[in-house]
Amino acid sequence: MSVVTFPKSPVQTEMTPVFEVSCTVKRNDPVNGEYRQLVLYAPQSILDCAPGQFFHLLCPITEQLQPFLRRPMSIYGFYPEKGELHFLYKVTGEGTSALATLTAGQSLNVLGPLGHGFDILPDWQNLLLVARGVGLATLAPLALQAHRLGRNLTAICSARSEDMLMSLDYFRDLGAEIIPITDDNGSSDMANLRHIIEAKIADTGIDAMYTCGSNRILKLLQTLGEIHNIPGQIALEQQMACGIGMCQCCVRAFRRDGKTVNERVCREGPVFDLQEAIGW
Amino acid sequence: MVDLTTQIGSLTLKNPIMPASGTFSEELAQLFDLECLGAHVTKTITREKRSGNPTPRVCEVRGSMLNSIGIPSKGLDAFKANVIPFYERYSAPLIVSISAGSADEFASLCEDISVPGVAAIEVNISCPNIEEDGKAFAMRPSTTYAVMQKLRQATDLPLWAKLTPNTGETTEVAKAAEEAGADALVVSNTLLAMAIDIHTRRPKLGNLMGGLSGPAFKPIALRMAYQCAKSVNIPVIGCGGISTVEDVIEYLIAGAVAVQIGTATFLEPKIMVRMIDGLDAYLKSQGFQTVGQLVGSVEDEEASDGLVFMEAAP
Ligand SMILES: Cc1cc2nc3c(=O)[nH]c(=O)nc-3n(C[C@H](O)[C@H](O)[C@H](O)COP(=O)(O)OP(=O)(O)OC[C@H]3O[C@@H](n4cnc5c(N)ncnc54)[C@H](O)[C@@H]3O)c2cc1C
Ligand SMILES: Cc1cc2nc3c(=O)[nH]c(=O)nc-3n(C[C@H](O)[C@H](O)[C@H](O)COP(=O)(O)O)c2cc1C
Ligand code: FES
Repeated sequence: MSVVTFPKSPVQTEMTPVFEVSCTVKRNDPVNGEYRQLVLYAPQSILDCAPGQFFHLLCPITEQLQPFLRRPMSIYGFYPEKGELHFLYKVTGEGTSALATLTAGQSLNVLGPLGHGFDILPDWQNLLLVARGVGLATLAPLALQAHRLGRNLTAICSARSEDMLMSLDYFRDLGAEIIPITDDNGSSDMANLRHIIEAKIADTGIDAMYTCGSNRILKLLQTLGEIHNIPGQIALEQQMACGIGMCQCCVRAFRRDGKTVNERVCREGPVFDLQEAIGW
Repeated sequence: MVDLTTQIGSLTLKNPIMPASGTFSEELAQLFDLECLGAHVTKTITREKRSGNPTPRVCEVRGSMLNSIGIPSKGLDAFKANVIPFYERYSAPLIVSISAGSADEFASLCEDISVPGVAAIEVNISCPNIEEDGKAFAMRPSTTYAVMQKLRQATDLPLWAKLTPNTGETTEVAKAAEEAGADALVVSNTLLAMAIDIHTRRPKLGNLMGGLSGPAFKPIALRMAYQCAKSVNIPVIGCGGISTVEDVIEYLIAGAVAVQIGTATFLEPKIMVRMIDGLDAYLKSQGFQTVGQLVGSVEDEEASDGLVFMEAAP
């Protein structure tokens, strides 16, 4: 099965520092109906991040909302030069609702940076990113990194409707080629997506593919990866308690060397080899 | 200067704060120097490789959590090759937690893990006894006695028996462990619990049921630690719901000579460091010279005689 195995970058060692710090909220604004962007003033120590890594957030306790565990959230942007850390999140339940109550000047305790992020190998010039919904939050810093490294990036951004498409300016400002697709006009179906990607492969070629979140996109990219011999990576999610590798609650199954292995999303992930990932 | 050391049988701990099994690993060294802890306690291991329970393995309930991690284990050999050497850099004693499905397997694993680098063995007898009816060894005094006796013959290292709150016979189980040769009791493991998503009507844990830990569990585990401290002469290590230094103090007053911190570390990874400092400050402010002066100082007077052995609602 796994024709293209991914060269893993060095694993975090026990001694790579992780920080638990209180940050001050700069702003926490709605982006559209369901999504919010949280901007924190952050100390330099925690801004030595890699795209695909995440932070584990201790959501505030309010009168109505009492989230207990921390909530994992991908880094949407990290800016050592201005001392900022950004998150893009969807309000879904107790923890994210509590996050949404934060206002400028309040503090938020964050733990991180955590996990193994995306790799961009030296000989990968043409990168393709396929993101849907809040997956954009996870893939956005990859665009930032590609820009910083001077690589070409094509971002296929998928959403239910035109107005749910987020972060297009973010990608555009980083010099990425953007291909928006939506359910509303039918452009987001798998056949069309396949057509778009294969045209890109035929045109400039693609050296690596990145995605997260959608099972159908995973399947499609696995197929295309195999046919065209293109490596890829996927960011995955799982319920977490500790976030740093101690509790074993966040495991997922992967295919490796003909066997099924369990790996911790918080530690060996959240970014994994595309071909090793198992759909859900 | 306050003397924070505490004695657990032949072992002297530099302070009474240590992690609980399954909520601690080498990775925590990324946040602080693990040397400061009273001891290091590893996740329970089994001899063979195991993959653990289906996901979701955790969920939260009001102010606490449930887990059904099970015991995923890389096996004894991997543990000896990777984990024990990691902890050799520290002077804090290494406590290895083990589990098995039968008394004989338990004993043979105990023998094989009694190697240099290991200071004591914590036996997780809260796990199911496959040879009997699948109930945990520590549910009953008889099965506790039987397994602890075999374990006692298998090692010269100190043996800590980790009890379960799911029993209705706390003091009897505690005494059985003592009689069979346990050097200390860890009180306790998680309490069997459940949560259901009312929208999907599905149990929130992949394993349907799981163990309650965290603040909501504290009064129950504290009650057990108190009962055990009153009914045995070996040291009791309190564990369950401890999330502040006040909780640590409460357990010590109840009679625990040391405490284990579990779930609280998930929320505040450096909480144990803060507790060590907080305990030191508290003892100073109260004019104590040693931790020992606080241990068992509960003002229960003669009322305790009747209450300790009570296993019914008042
Ligand atoms: C590595 C990683 C990165 C993530 N990045 C983002 C991001 O950038 N933006 C964003 O909007 N969301 C992200 N998520 C998902 C986010 O963590 C969940 O939406 C959030 O935890 C939901 O919490 P809640 O209390 O609002 O919802 P509830 O449904 O009430 O949560 C109940 C419990 O389930 C857990 N949970 C629920 N959904 C998820 C999920 N999808 N993944 C993991 N745990 C979950 C919660 O943490 C909580 O413990 C990420 C998840 C992971 C694992
Ligand atoms: C995620 C998780 C995993 C655990 N794994 C083990 C284990 O392997 N062996 C064991 O004896 N106890 C295990 N426990 C129980 C804890 O060691 C502790 O007894 C319990 O959580 C109560 O303490 P707390 O409320 O401070 O967490 C685990 C607890 C949690 C939350
Ligand atoms: S969340 Fe604890 S090991 Fe991943």
